[in-house]
Amino acid sequence: MPGLIKPTDMKRFLGFVKKEFIHIFRDLRTLIILFGIPAAQIIIFGYAVRTDIKNASIAVYDLSGDEVTRDLTDRLSSSEFFILREMIDSYDKVDEIFKSSKVKAVIIFDEEFGRRLISEGSASVEIIADGSEPNVANMVTNYTRAIIAEYNQDLNKSPGEGLILIEPEVRMYYNPNLESQFMFVPGIITIVLMLICALMTSITITREKEFGTMEVLLVSPLKPIHIILGKVTPYFFLSLVDLIIILLLSWLVFGLPVKGSLLLLMLITMLYILLALSLGILISTISKTMQQAMFISLAGLMLPIIIFSGFIFPIEYMPPIYNWISTVIPARWFVTIIKNIMVKGTGITYIWKETLILSGMTILFIVVSAKRFRIRLQ
Amino acid sequence: MRTILYLVRKEFTQIFRNRFISRAIFGIPLVQMIILVPAVTFEIDNIKLCVIDKDMTSESRDLVSRLQGSEFFLISHTTFSEQEADDLLHKNRCDLILNIPRGFSNDIMTENRAKVMVIANAINASSAQLSWAYISGVLRDFNADLVMDNLSVKSIGTLPTIKITNRFWYNPTLNYKYYMLPGILVILVTAIGLLLAGLNVVKEKEMGTIEQLNVTPIRKYQFIIAKLVPFLVIGLVDLAFGLLLGKILFDIPFAGSLGLLFFFAVLYLIAVLGLALFLSTLSSTQQQYLFVVFFILLIFILMSGIFTPAESMPLWAQKFNLVNPAAYFMRVIRMIMLKGSGFIDILPDIRGLAIIALTTVSLAIWRYRKRV
Repeated sequence: MPGLIKPTDMKRFLGFVKKEFIHIFRDLRTLIILFGIPAAQIIIFGYAVRTDIKNASIAVYDLSGDEVTRDLTDRLSSSEFFILREMIDSYDKVDEIFKSSKVKAVIIFDEEFGRRLISEGSASVEIIADGSEPNVANMVTNYTRAIIAEYNQDLNKSPGEGLILIEPEVRMYYNPNLESQFMFVPGIITIVLMLICALMTSITITREKEFGTMEVLLVSPLKPIHIILGKVTPYFFLSLVDLIIILLLSWLVFGLPVKGSLLLLMLITMLYILLALSLGILISTISKTMQQAMFISLAGLMLPIIIFSGFIFPIEYMPPIYNWISTVIPARWFVTIIKNIMVKGTGITYIWKETLILSGMTILFIVVSAKRFRIRLQ
Repeated sequence: MRTILYLVRKEFTQIFRNRFISRAIFGIPLVQMIILVPAVTFEIDNIKLCVIDKDMTSESRDLVSRLQGSEFFLISHTTFSEQEADDLLHKNRCDLILNIPRGFSNDIMTENRAKVMVIANAINASSAQLSWAYISGVLRDFNADLVMDNLSVKSIGTLPTIKITNRFWYNPTLNYKYYMLPGILVILVTAIGLLLAGLNVVKEKEMGTIEQLNVTPIRKYQFIIAKLVPFLVIGLVDLAFGLLLGKILFDIPFAGSLGLLFFFAVLYLIAVLGLALFLSTLSSTQQQYLFVVFFILLIFILMSGIFTPAESMPLWAQKFNLVNPAAYFMRVIRMIMLKGSGFIDILPDIRGLAIIALTTVSLAIWRYRKRV
């Protein structure tokens, strides 16, 4: 390609790129946002958004009030999962306490719990969870069940041996401490890069259109392709700087190093940045005003990426149709690649398929946006 | 008063003249409801399980068939090679490996504590925890039945067992849509408020038309109210439209009082619009405003507890949520819609949000300068 470009063209092109860089660096606020957003997001969401539960408030309705139920209540409240918020004394209070959202679950011990357990060999406990938060309700119920079952086992240990015949041993691969970071950092890289590249380019190009300065550029000796490339080039490099900042932060702050090849990660990220930039160009060819560009970026890119990249909601468990939809969302493939390289440390043999899909999408978006841009010129 | 009415009319005319915006007002909620609501789920089923059964006895086969029968698991692979199983996990072909070693059945017979190994792909920590909870539940039942069989032979007598039953109130089937739809409505209302109102003012600035308004004798508060009211109305209409769609498409229950929800929504929109107008006084171009608002919107929404419980956030995040209006609305809309919470239940939230609304609107009026 370089042989085909005349030296004068090259000089003009570089001059244009320089102008674009000046535009970006001149506005300190844009610059702070360009680098402040990813950094702040990584730190805030890495720490604040947690899918595990700790210190969930529970209430206990103890109809029995004997040694066994007190023991069990102690066990529950001393675990890291629960805080005993209240002891309630009537069944009617359950609704009241849920409606004011004070607790996530109420545990009800049946009458004469301890006596029945010892003499009749069986006693009942009921867990009522606030189903308005399904995930929390599910986890709280599971943890409570596990704690009670463990207590039950301990109770039975003394009288006779041979009650625990099967001892499961669990190993959590890739993430032995079950940290949420392993999910969020790759997800945030995916989102932030798409946001910066697609949103920024679509808005800068649309801005030129909305203010009529695009016409000034078009009558200049620069070829349309050079105008677009010139617009996009600064963001390509700035995105790479962003990637490095994010990787450094995730390493220094969360102790999440890149397990696999850094070079491979960089190369594939460049591909993804290219894709995001061409999406940005495509959006700018569709929209006439900045508001439009922003709405398309927001409704058409941001939410689908958050949802379908599977970084908060695992795609495997969505209805099958959505699994299909997600295959056309580039972020889905990119997040898989990043997770593989960063967390699992796998090489290209494991991710060649995803990389190929991403390359195909990039080429498609470049071709489509180039075509659309030329149409507008005629 | 008449001045304000004229200004409000002018705003409405301008908003609906823009065909894109008037389409977006109804298009976005429609798309969000149809596409997003069913997709967002934490329910996990059909966990892909790879079984390594090196024992090949009736006991181990019994265990495997129990897993097969469970609604949570789908036995996607069976193999004898640990390496192959690891590889499958590596390639994301399975989520969980159950390794039953040779001598499993023998150990059970001799009461030597048979071991099984479970390996989970834990990149997604919460899914891994849930899968582990499900599989250990199956193992526990299996164990209990084995014990029962053994005991009846030895006739030791019954052992104390705690019977645990559980129920989920307000959403007995733990339907995730009931949880996510209110959350998506909050995103919708927030985005409308923050983006449209602020952009409107900044655009007037950028185009220079704001100076024409500034030379008229209208007062600062009149200007702010006139900019606030149209977007308040649009926000409420969108909320109503979203609720209606939720009812028609997903049959979302509405346990509480519609009036109370709209009262709270008005308060919320005033807080958000006040913030939008305040931020617009700080930005001179639409581009600047957009970047600032994107940043704030993302933080507000994700911190509000839309996907994850706000209570399990660290203390600093919970403190932040005291000034995050989205956190109030996120909590209250779910309380009212799903649990039917009443005025008294949400009184602390009303108080908190009212303080925020008062602050943001005052800030907006104070920062708005009629001079350039």
